[in-house]
Amino acid sequence: MTAHEKNRIDEKRIKELLQQALPPVGSVAEPARDLWPVVLRRLDSAPAGALRAKLPWFDWALIAGVVIFAVAFPATIPVFLYYL
Amino acid sequence: MTERSSDAPSGSVLKRFHHGDLEAFEAVFRQHQRAVYGWILRIVRDRAAAEDLTVESFLRMHRACARFDPERAFEPWARRVATRIALDWLRARPPECELDDEYAATLRAAPSADPGVAAEIRLKTAQAFARLPPRLRIAATLSLIEEQPHKDIAAALGISVTAAKLRVFRAVRMLRKDLERQGITP
Repeated sequence: MTAHEKNRIDEKRIKELLQQALPPVGSVAEPARDLWPVVLRRLDSAPAGALRAKLPWFDWALIAGVVIFAVAFPATIPVFLYYL
Repeated sequence: MTERSSDAPSGSVLKRFHHGDLEAFEAVFRQHQRAVYGWILRIVRDRAAAEDLTVESFLRMHRACARFDPERAFEPWARRVATRIALDWLRARPPECELDDEYAATLRAAPSADPGVAAEIRLKTAQAFARLPPRLRIAATLSLIEEQPHKDIAAALGISVTAAKLRVFRAVRMLRKDLERQGITP
């Protein structure tokens, strides 16, 4: 059996197991209520710009750390990308 | 992806939406809330969260309306926004939250479509699935559970079809290894 055939069988079997464990939601789902009033309320309550996603300071520190690390050790970039 | 379905908002509505018109936004919302909600629900598998994330998605679309090209179809763009928000939600949620005791009890009690698959195996499969990294889980959910075409998954995730297939492949490989560690040979 080739690796490709083995992968296909693996995928088929895993798919069967997953569908047993987590049945598909399908396309018939509908929200339980009208969501437009919620959207309107959120639009009214948020002043312009306040809705913009804000990053906490530690996220900025983490980003800065990663950039500094990547500049200092460029060989690690492919490893990072692989695990992203 | 420039085609529009027959019930899609007309070009003029989309143009007005693009310029931030609230009435056009409502028309677009009414037209697409079901589809966006359904798409998010497939990913997060939690009705209450899917409602919140649908609202959040449309708010983000409203904020980003100037970036939407009214000459193109609305749905693929909406799916991309919704997928990004659902992915953020999955990332913010620790894996142990994915399967609460209630779900485990339901799974044990529910009859299986395939009597050969015991409840314990289904539970272990679901647990292994919850441990997948969110970006692989989302691809696997849409491809393996919801059986969406790779093309749609790739478009929603903003990646190539090859990358989408690769994510599904990696998810399957990780799942197989996890199940084998738990003594289940798929």
